[in-house]
Amino acid sequence: MALDRSDIEKIAHLARLAIAPEQTERYASDLSNILDLVAQMDAIDTSHVEPMAHPLHMAQRLRPDQPTESNQREHFQSIAPLTEDGLYLVPKVIE
Amino acid sequence: MQNKSIAQLAADLRLRTYSSVELTKHYLERIARLDPRLNSFVTVAADSALVAAERADQMLKSGEAGPLTGIPIAHKDIFCTQGIKTSCGSRMLDNFVAPYDATVVEKLAAAGAVVLGKTNMDEFAMGSSNETSFYGPVKNPWDETKVPGGSSGGSAAAVAARLCAVATGTDTGGSIRQPAALCGITGIKPTYGRCSRWGMIAFASSLDQAGVMARSAADAAFLLDEMAGFDSRDSTSANVPVPDYVDALDDGIKGLKIGLPKEYFGDGLDSRVAAVIQDAIKEYERLGAEIVEISLPNSPLSVPVYYVVAPAECSSNLARFDGVRYGHRCENPEDLEDLYKRSRAEGFGAEVQRRIMIGAYVLSAGYYDAYYLKAQKIRHLIADDFKRAFEQVDVIMGPTSPTTAFPIGDKMDDPVSMYLNDIYTIATNLAGLPGMSIPVAPVDGMPVGLQIIGNYFDEARLLNVAHQFQHATHWHQAAPAGFE
Repeated sequence: MALDRSDIEKIAHLARLAIAPEQTERYASDLSNILDLVAQMDAIDTSHVEPMAHPLHMAQRLRPDQPTESNQREHFQSIAPLTEDGLYLVPKVIE
Repeated sequence: MQNKSIAQLAADLRLRTYSSVELTKHYLERIARLDPRLNSFVTVAADSALVAAERADQMLKSGEAGPLTGIPIAHKDIFCTQGIKTSCGSRMLDNFVAPYDATVVEKLAAAGAVVLGKTNMDEFAMGSSNETSFYGPVKNPWDETKVPGGSSGGSAAAVAARLCAVATGTDTGGSIRQPAALCGITGIKPTYGRCSRWGMIAFASSLDQAGVMARSAADAAFLLDEMAGFDSRDSTSANVPVPDYVDALDDGIKGLKIGLPKEYFGDGLDSRVAAVIQDAIKEYERLGAEIVEISLPNSPLSVPVYYVVAPAECSSNLARFDGVRYGHRCENPEDLEDLYKRSRAEGFGAEVQRRIMIGAYVLSAGYYDAYYLKAQKIRHLIADDFKRAFEQVDVIMGPTSPTTAFPIGDKMDDPVSMYLNDIYTIATNLAGLPGMSIPVAPVDGMPVGLQIIGNYFDEARLLNVAHQFQHATHWHQAAPAGFE
């Protein structure tokens, strides 16, 4: 599976990564090599195999819908890059 | 002091031969003197370690001490520690001080262990050589031009160099066992769900498991006794009783059935490594074990399957790093998308970005069935191979890694050749089984690890089987020159 520059640009956008134009070629070749490795899977017929959902076949545990955590907003926001009045600040989204 | 076992240290501390403060200072002095050569620590927490050591000495005086009270340990920098930076080996988290402790950290602190610091690692645990760390590569104490393995390379090097008594690690595809093998120490990756993942920074959630890097199986048993167990805060934590691992160490192994998978001894395995692994297996025969040839026919597919499942899960898990709530944020973002994209591109290194992109690709519309679903199906076949094998045998043995430690820089330009280092360890994670690595005879002065794989929740037997070998041999006691 060979990926080209435009594939990498599309994938990088999906992954929200700003890839520098001079790096696209390198990532295209690295990712293509990894997908070649992955292509060994094609040799196996899996038409009658169930996908593995959990290594121990355990079901998801549920708990009562009750709050278990106390409010620690200030504690958690003390490590945030930019906050104001208890809110996380980001560039303006709506004009 | 640095060559004593945990049992000996605990006995000395009880007899006041020295205090935990003295023991902690001894290790801090070794770190200050020797670690500049190895780079195994990202953060040394001398002040908090001495406070913990004083508290441990109080516990020892008042008779409330357990076997780990006052023992100096190190945590892989993937475990969140309140008040000590948790970088995960990444620029993304270079400024991150977690607002809480991981369950594993909390449990070991409650047992009275003293945390000397946080160990270096491949960025977000993605790597097999510790070269992807933002803080630079770790050197192998047996040969400083070589890698220690990864991703828990800092913990492995620190334990091998006697810069801490024992350390924590995590293993997603071999990240405890492979560096343990390359640094000549004992590492155990328990069954998936055995130790809590809460507060352990997630890489691939269906594979990640916390474990121990130690100088012996007996030391590992002491730590695992405290680390293992159910945690309601981890939704995949196993609610299965934890046996006493130390109690099981001395059980005999006469009649133990050891399976040797032919796929683990084929092409790609260094012949000198194969020879010392066979010698170790002969030692087990002398100890009364019985050898059975087995086959794990789908195991050669474990690397391709892993490089779908792990990147897919990593791309989802690492979506949380957005430059908004914590971690690295780029300067002067133009808009929200620019904020996300540049914060992530600046914060993550090349290997992490490769894996995030592979993951985004295999999960994208139109490719899910061909990649992720297909991989999860083959994963089932790989797990079934082990299930059949464990109907015949008690444990499975083989090499941990196909070669001894390779030179720093050797494989960094070729991700696929790096991935093949984990060819013997990955299947265990895909199946969720426990695995260990213990040192056997070296090759050209470099350590070699014997891998021991057990059935689900059979950690007590793994530690017992490893301990019996270490009782009969001395390989695990060897120290690298200059670090004795």
